[in-house]
Amino acid sequence: MTINPSQTICFSPLHRLQWEETQQRHVILYPEGMVELNQSSAEILKLCDGSRNLAAIVAELEETFAVSGLTNDITNFLNVALQNGWIQQA
Amino acid sequence: MAGSSKHKITSPRWLLAELSYKCPLQCPYCSNPLDYAKYPDELATEDWKRVLTQARKMGAVQLGFSGGEPLTRQDLPELVRYARELGYYSNLITSGYGMTEQKIVELKEAGLDHIQVSIQSSSQELNDHLAGTQSYQHKQEVARLVKKHGYPMVLCVVIHRQNIHQMPQILEMAENLGADYLELANTQYYGWAHINRDALLPTQEQFIEAEKIAQAYKEKVAGKMKIYYVVPDFYEDRPKACMNGWGTTFLTIAPDGAALPCHSARELPGLDCPNVKDYSIEQIWNESKAFNFFRGAEWMQEPCQSCDEKHKDFGGCRCQAYLFNGDMYSTDPVCSKSPERYRVDAAIASAREAAQATEEKPLIFRNSKNSRQF
Repeated sequence: MTINPSQTICFSPLHRLQWEETQQRHVILYPEGMVELNQSSAEILKLCDGSRNLAAIVAELEETFAVSGLTNDITNFLNVALQNGWIQQA
Repeated sequence: MAGSSKHKITSPRWLLAELSYKCPLQCPYCSNPLDYAKYPDELATEDWKRVLTQARKMGAVQLGFSGGEPLTRQDLPELVRYARELGYYSNLITSGYGMTEQKIVELKEAGLDHIQVSIQSSSQELNDHLAGTQSYQHKQEVARLVKKHGYPMVLCVVIHRQNIHQMPQILEMAENLGADYLELANTQYYGWAHINRDALLPTQEQFIEAEKIAQAYKEKVAGKMKIYYVVPDFYEDRPKACMNGWGTTFLTIAPDGAALPCHSARELPGLDCPNVKDYSIEQIWNESKAFNFFRGAEWMQEPCQSCDEKHKDFGGCRCQAYLFNGDMYSTDPVCSKSPERYRVDAAIASAREAAQATEEKPLIFRNSKNSRQF
């Protein structure tokens, strides 16, 4: 299971992405479990709202953080996210 | 309050709200205390709201509404709504008994995130025998309704010698019901399961066979259904890292308001578990004797004290040490380094003998009549 670059990506309706004030980080919540996210993972997942495909997410993050060459890192992370069921493609 | 801690105290992440000990089912492996009938009091709605607010402020984010049967509480939708406003991820841990489609919708609107339905067996006859009620058909219907209304669904099946032979059928049933997660929870031998152990503990051969079947199925349903396999620690040679360490992560509030570091802690002597009617969650978590009792490693005896794995498993489970050795400070007897390991081996042998006997001892069912005898 890998990311299809032409399809948009949305966050799973069976998970919840949430900022935790006491932990000072984003977490993914699901039945009886929690994944603690670092900042870059959270930034990527926040853009998985069903309106962007892989290239659009990369372009937006490269622009926001004024860097280039993020494609590989983002693709790798999104593949992991897809395998864990955190994100979906139609 | 008594007790203070030299240890760095982490904040609670998991709050288990045992709303009521009332339950229409009578499962003989129930994790509630044997003498639950001694604690008929239940917290008021306002008490629960205060507990939820205080625990959330400290960092609790996963919330389990449990029991007994949490659906026996009429204020459940109100508590769910309140928890959602505070930002909890709410899990309802239910037998499904008393659940209707209307209630499933009402709870969804109130903000409930997930419903875990427990089924005792893949066959109606055994399910209804173990539950002590006719509940199988209804549970199947509830599982379908949970999916229909867009919840993630965890199907929980407690595994023991009476149903372990049904592993292939249990896996199929979970897949057919569209479960997102299947929790295969090998019985943990506390409370009611402890007194029924001879009738419930499978043989090692049965465990190995069942685990092999479950692991193979895991690959078959990868990406569709996740399988959580709760290991049977009697057949391990190292203990479980119980509760992720005492007073580090988990907070249980019993129906009467007693705050417990684990849901079996009521069985341990001399903890003086504090009540949320008398203290705030912050006081309880940080300052109470009960929550500081087994924090850190200073309390440990040998072989734990000099063991290089003590920060990995924290000496195992205190309740198990107490139940087997009569000493809650001792090493969990599951550990092969424990001088008391022979006690676990004797329990395994005793259950094997019971399994081979021509006539099995009857199960002691969890109900108020039986509870009053403890």
